[in-house]
Amino acid sequence: MMLSLNNIEVIYDDVILVLKGMSMQVDEGQIVALLGANGAGKSTTLKAISGLLKPEDGEVTDGEILFMGEPIHNEEASKIVRKGIFQVMEGRRVFEHLTVEENLKTGAYTRKDRKHIGRDIDMVYDYFPRLKERRKQVAGYLSGGEQQMLAIGRALMATPKLMMLDEPSLGLAPLLVKEIFNIIQRINKERGVTILLVEQNARLALGIADYAYIMESGRIVLEGEPAALADNPDVREFYLGLTEVGKRKSYREVKHYKRRKRWLS
Amino acid sequence: MDKFLQLTLTGLTSGAVYALVALGFVLIYKSSDVINFAQGEFLLIGAYLAYFFLGQLGVHWSIGVILTLILAAAMGVVIERLVLRPLIGEPIISVIMVTIGLASLLKAIVGGIWGTNPQIFPAFIPKQEVHIVNAVVTADKLWAIVIALIFLVIFTLFFRYNKEGVAMRAVADDQQAALSVGISVQKIFAWAWSIAAITAAVAGIIVANVLEVSPNLSGVGLHVFPVVILGGLDSIPGALIGAAIIGLLEAYAGGYVGDGSLAQVISYIVLVIILMIRPYGLFGKEIIERV
Repeated sequence: MMLSLNNIEVIYDDVILVLKGMSMQVDEGQIVALLGANGAGKSTTLKAISGLLKPEDGEVTDGEILFMGEPIHNEEASKIVRKGIFQVMEGRRVFEHLTVEENLKTGAYTRKDRKHIGRDIDMVYDYFPRLKERRKQVAGYLSGGEQQMLAIGRALMATPKLMMLDEPSLGLAPLLVKEIFNIIQRINKERGVTILLVEQNARLALGIADYAYIMESGRIVLEGEPAALADNPDVREFYLGLTEVGKRKSYREVKHYKRRKRWLS
Repeated sequence: MDKFLQLTLTGLTSGAVYALVALGFVLIYKSSDVINFAQGEFLLIGAYLAYFFLGQLGVHWSIGVILTLILAAAMGVVIERLVLRPLIGEPIISVIMVTIGLASLLKAIVGGIWGTNPQIFPAFIPKQEVHIVNAVVTADKLWAIVIALIFLVIFTLFFRYNKEGVAMRAVADDQQAALSVGISVQKIFAWAWSIAAITAAVAGIIVANVLEVSPNLSGVGLHVFPVVILGGLDSIPGALIGAAIIGLLEAYAGGYVGDGSLAQVISYIVLVIILMIRPYGLFGKEIIERV
């Protein structure tokens, strides 16, 4: 097991309990999707793993996070990056006043083998030819899709073992989303990078994942192979927007009784 | 014509000192968005440390300067650790207020140790007169210009090509994203504050050499605000050009207009005008907004 979260609890500001006994596993080489509604705690889970909770006054107060068998909860973010976990944050977060190439170089900040950096920049340009055209440009002026590509490219520069992507489809045109998801798959296959993907777009994420977890109010409520999850009537109703008959939900019949989330009781 | 040349040289030398102080200012702003109101006091500390080693202990100037710079760097690290680290995550304005407090504290420490009377500094940079065409200037003032230019070049290269330099700019852009790529933000802040303290100390030594050491030296910090506002708070070339412009304006205003008292306020007039028409300065970065 590459990464395992065992019953972790995260508290913000000493009072707000966000993760309540969250457990999940990520196997080496897999693409694992973590789905859930807004506020379920998906981003918090990623930040707990990558060590980015501290600047937000969050803390893992219970349970443990193991990466390659070592406990990493409440470690410094820079140490966790050195261990091989890299989080691509929600909203892209490229360095706006740095050029594309400088952004890629910051991704390699923790690397010791500095002579291979040039080669890896070319590798990133192979995945994202558009970035090569714009490599001397300031990243703030790239389009949203290009910034997402840059954020993923920056992550690749760190040569991580585990790449965590927080809503890479956020605010992007459907065609671009498809392109980016294709590349995520290629990175997984060709470079052997394990991927933990947080998404709102459940259909898309289930399409490329090997295994998926569904989160609600701070813990995992459902898990399984994507195909099995996609058949689950609850998932179809709440995450894929399909009724039991398989049609798109029609708002004309919206008066019908509401399916309860049975796992909440 | 001779007067013009003379005033130009005077302006450029005071500009060089402003530039050194401004460089530290820009450095801190660039990496942490903090406006360090204690920058002038950093200069004061540098001048008095040099006075302590050279004047009071009587060590050789080369050793004295090195010790001064090491202590200045250490002071930067200590300030980062004790004053700024507890404030991480607090609003920027609180940090800025703290630097104002820091300014008073540093000034009081200097006054407490060395008193408030001016002291004669054992000048080690040669002071012989140099004739350029028809103007006369002392050599130490020319050195000030040379040293400022050297620092400019080093800093520009550092920010463009050095790994830590690029990381500093990354931290300035987005602290959390910088953390996510594995940059230790605290280490970067410590770097920024100690380099700022070093450049201010160099400026302090130069000023002490040209004039004398007195608590009034920290007033240079006040003249540096117009410089960095004019040049752009986050631009290194801006700091240098702004410093030259302010230095020259002060010299010309002092030499040509009335009894010279305009020289005292001319830089603040520039400050007000620039804030009205171009608040991010001549070379400052504009806020990028994608629509």
